[in-house]
Amino acid sequence: MSGMVERRGWGLVFTHLALIAGLAVVCFPIWVAFVASTVTQPEIVRPPLPLIPGDRFIENYTAALFQGVSTPVWRMLMNSMVMALGITIGKIAISIISAYAIVYFRFPFRMVFFWLIFLTLMLPVEVRIVPTYEVVAGFGMLNSYSGLILPLIASATATFLFRQLFLTIPDELAEAARIDGAGPVRFFIDMVLPMSRTNIAALFVILFIYGWNQYLWPLLITTKPEMNTIVMGLKQIIPSSDDVANWPVIMATAMLAMLPPVLVVIFMQNLFVKGLVESEK
Amino acid sequence: MAEISLRGVRKSYGPTEVIHGVDCEVADGELIVIVGPSGCGKSTLLRVVAGLETISGGEVWIKGRRVNDLEPRERDIAMVFQNYALYPHMSVFDNMAYGLKIARVAREEIRARVEKAAAMLELTPYLGRKPRELSGGQRQRVAMGRAIVRNPAAFLFDEPLSNLDAKLRVQMRMEIKALQRELGVTALYVTHDQVEAMTLADRMIVMNDGRAEQIGRPLEIYDDPATTFVAGFIGSPPMNFLPDPEGGGVTGVRPEHLQLCTPLEGLAAGRIRFTEALGAETLAHVALDGGGLATIRLDARAAPREGEAVGLAADPARLYRFDAAGARLRA
Repeated sequence: MSGMVERRGWGLVFTHLALIAGLAVVCFPIWVAFVASTVTQPEIVRPPLPLIPGDRFIENYTAALFQGVSTPVWRMLMNSMVMALGITIGKIAISIISAYAIVYFRFPFRMVFFWLIFLTLMLPVEVRIVPTYEVVAGFGMLNSYSGLILPLIASATATFLFRQLFLTIPDELAEAARIDGAGPVRFFIDMVLPMSRTNIAALFVILFIYGWNQYLWPLLITTKPEMNTIVMGLKQIIPSSDDVANWPVIMATAMLAMLPPVLVVIFMQNLFVKGLVESEK
Repeated sequence: MAEISLRGVRKSYGPTEVIHGVDCEVADGELIVIVGPSGCGKSTLLRVVAGLETISGGEVWIKGRRVNDLEPRERDIAMVFQNYALYPHMSVFDNMAYGLKIARVAREEIRARVEKAAAMLELTPYLGRKPRELSGGQRQRVAMGRAIVRNPAAFLFDEPLSNLDAKLRVQMRMEIKALQRELGVTALYVTHDQVEAMTLADRMIVMNDGRAEQIGRPLEIYDDPATTFVAGFIGSPPMNFLPDPEGGGVTGVRPEHLQLCTPLEGLAAGRIRFTEALGAETLAHVALDGGGLATIRLDARAAPREGEAVGLAADPARLYRFDAAGARLRA
């Protein structure tokens, strides 16, 4: 790596300064939010913005988790977790199976189906939100986990990704397995799944964050506070002009909302890199 | 009784027929090499026998059973692929054991069979490794091990050595032959390499354009080719073809059956274009006066200089005459 671009002296100093400045710009607001979540309300409102963490960490976070502004944060975190995991696992399961069907089976209108799936790329939730709402409401799935998850569960991108991956698996491998006596289900479980695990890990990270950050759809179909997700909850706890805001609790909620995606990235990245090292070449 | 029997095997993709009816009876324990240039249908024929391609016409029998409509796993065969087709995420042991596991063979029996095959192939130290940690030759052996543990009625080899370097290829060729003899198992072996075919085969099927042009023992085919295609394909350097003075056909003569003589005598005359000294022998390429090239195999020390005018002579008994369509004319 070191020899890729040779930089010495001032060039090196300048590069680092630029990087550090960029990092500071990104990190500073998060730091301010963290500090704000550990001090008292009067300390925040007083003009010099506190930049050193205070001593109210436990009190503020307990208040956020178990009382919150309107709904306890643990409830919203759990809702978000169920929705994000449901979307992630559902998307991966459905797309890997449909990609397997499209690549390995010859059935009538195979390419028609493939292009139909592909076309849905052009129809994200926002575009089809009114008819989707109508359908979900018709099924009585408003204010339910299935209503939060199901409309977001099909993924053309993931299907396409798995299709491309399966196309790189040599035909001989499928043939060798066929001669060894593996039927389509065995081949899927014993060969295709283990060989896709790095892709599954990568998709898990991407889709989890996608699911976690859903805003518009939960906002539309959940009306009961106990079904709110954390991301829409964040919006709701920001006070309108004439309310008195409990900023430490709001900031604690924001920090808690950020935590799961960060953990997923840190934990899965490790797995993801390990998978990359273990795979072919 | 024939172990494998091909009866009028045909294969078409849509309207295009790629195998135009091949018949062959393979005896128990025989190693049959199917050889031909690329695109002649040899791999397709093997895949039809394996059941990886459906058959369009004719019948395939394996061990007295008509297998036309059977799945590959029901045909009692094992196949070795050109790119090995090892399962990349499984250890060598699991690669070899996979077929047995699916067949629900008892665990101890699997262990015993895999270990026996591994010992035979000198793979015992590598049983715990993944395929990517092995060299090309070792991967090839694992692929063979996977075939051996299943104890099938027939081995099918699809160009198993083409991914190896030249030296290893010669070594593995010998190992395959030794192994096949030791196990006494019937084998069909596809290759485009005529040297591989000559050295391995009990009998070979020379294929051209979807047809079996000739079936026979390697030396029989070498000494008595049925068509110009077979005569030109089998043997290295290939047979020389000279225009036949009578009729529109050609006369073939192998490089080792030509001798040099004075320019005005013999079958043809020309100039030495260049020579290749191989040590034990020298190949001389002669530009013929009537156009075309001929190759002569000469003793290394008796080679002429480049540019020298020479005549070519041969024993009339060593000449092969072919008609205009390429079929052999027998005296």
